Amino acid sequence: MTARASVLYDVPGPRARARYRAFGVLGALGIAALLWYAVAQLAEHGQFSAQMWAPFEYTAVQQRILDGVRDTLTAFGLAAVLSLVLGVLLAAGRLSDHRPVRWAASGVVEFFRAMPLLIMIFALYQAVFSARPLWALVLGLGLYNGAVQAEIIRGGVNAVPRGQSEAGYALGLRKSQLMATVLVPQAVRAMLPAMIGQLVVTLKDTSLGFVITYTELLYVGKLIAGNTSTPQGYPYIPVVLVIAPIYIALCLALTALARWIESRGRRGTNRRTPAPA
Amino acid sequence: MGILFEDGNFGLFRDGFLRTVELSAASAVLALLLGVLLAAFRVSPVPVLRTFATVWIEIFRNTPLTLLFFAVTFGLPRVDVHLSAFVCAVLALGCYTASFVCEVLRSGINTVPLGQAEAARSLGMTFGQTLVQVVLPQAGRAVLGPMSSVFIALPRNSAIAGAFNVAELYSVQQTLSERGYAIFAVFFWIALAYLCVSATVALGFRRLEHRPAVAR
Repeated sequence: MTARASVLYDVPGPRARARYRAFGVLGALGIAALLWYAVAQLAEHGQFSAQMWAPFEYTAVQQRILDGVRDTLTAFGLAAVLSLVLGVLLAAGRLSDHRPVRWAASGVVEFFRAMPLLIMIFALYQAVFSARPLWALVLGLGLYNGAVQAEIIRGGVNAVPRGQSEAGYALGLRKSQLMATVLVPQAVRAMLPAMIGQLVVTLKDTSLGFVITYTELLYVGKLIAGNTSTPQGYPYIPVVLVIAPIYIALCLALTALARWIESRGRRGTNRRTPAPA
Repeated sequence: MGILFEDGNFGLFRDGFLRTVELSAASAVLALLLGVLLAAFRVSPVPVLRTFATVWIEIFRNTPLTLLFFAVTFGLPRVDVHLSAFVCAVLALGCYTASFVCEVLRSGINTVPLGQAEAARSLGMTFGQTLVQVVLPQAGRAVLGPMSSVFIALPRNSAIAGAFNVAELYSVQQTLSERGYAIFAVFFWIALAYLCVSATVALGFRRLEHRPAVAR
């Protein structure tokens, strides 16, 4: 990679390049040493022994992990839909012309944004959904992320240039028409990356289902680890090494989607931007 | 609603509240230190360090916090690292938050116009002077807003520690619920406590933001 000037550094000359290379070699050695140490520690404590990894050879266990992924995605899908619907409603409330509606919506949004998700999910689980942890999880996730999505959407609507709404009113649109046909489409387009970013958070937070015994991926992992006894103890580390990449891959896939949509959006706006006068 | 003042519940509640504050503060310090270090790697001119920081951040940002807690709490004892539940929680929470801190710092540094640094360098300022007198003061202002949301989220995230044997507010909620008190009354008090913590953090950041508010 060719070095470019940044806020912090000039384009390196020959001596600086040599120095960077030296630092690079040192850094690489340091990182390699750290990695080697970590792997050696794991190996020394028998974390790579065959018994530790044997459970993953059983079809039943593999099926269990797949079921865990399915349950995680189910909770995520339901929570995502709920949070988006709620987000739109709350954003509409916060942008309302009627003061009581605005206050109510602001109160709801501020409250749920400030609440720890776990506290909410646990209260819902204990009070209402003791038998159906899925719904406690979905409702908790939906309320919290709905409040956040509402703020994102509201920010997007407010960021649309004022001339747009003035033009709409001048054409005789009512406020609801203006919202639906002019402001919200532009806001959603501008805010889509942020909204998908919040969906990634939603996906990660489904792992809170672990605490209320919903059979999502992490809970399944704990069951697998807890049910397998080997001479070296329970295989918690192998389970983490299997489950973490699944979560990371799911999140990265969503992030990649956000980036793709963002690049598409930019292409679209460029096409429409008139040449500077 | 009066449950807080019955049967010595107040002591339990107060201890939980203090634990939450303690845990958040310790994790915040760790997150700041680690985040600054990672950010330094991330913007360094050495590609190896940049790649390392990027990979580290991608891993920690995309792993659920619950999974991190799980890994630290159940994984470390397997390799004979025995830490108290509190230290485990600080590690998990600090490492998780550090990756967000790093991203905020990096994007803050990137908001400083290149010309500022070029002007400083052409005046003959050294790297340290450029960094301390020109780049960081400007980056700092851009950073405060996003940084405040990272640190407002931190006490909220610390609730997960309660599920992993740290006696903080969430476990107070669990205990009180198990003792059979009305669940929503318990929820009310716990919620109030968290609102206080995050309001305090938000207020602190707002004061910080006002201090260096200079017209640019």
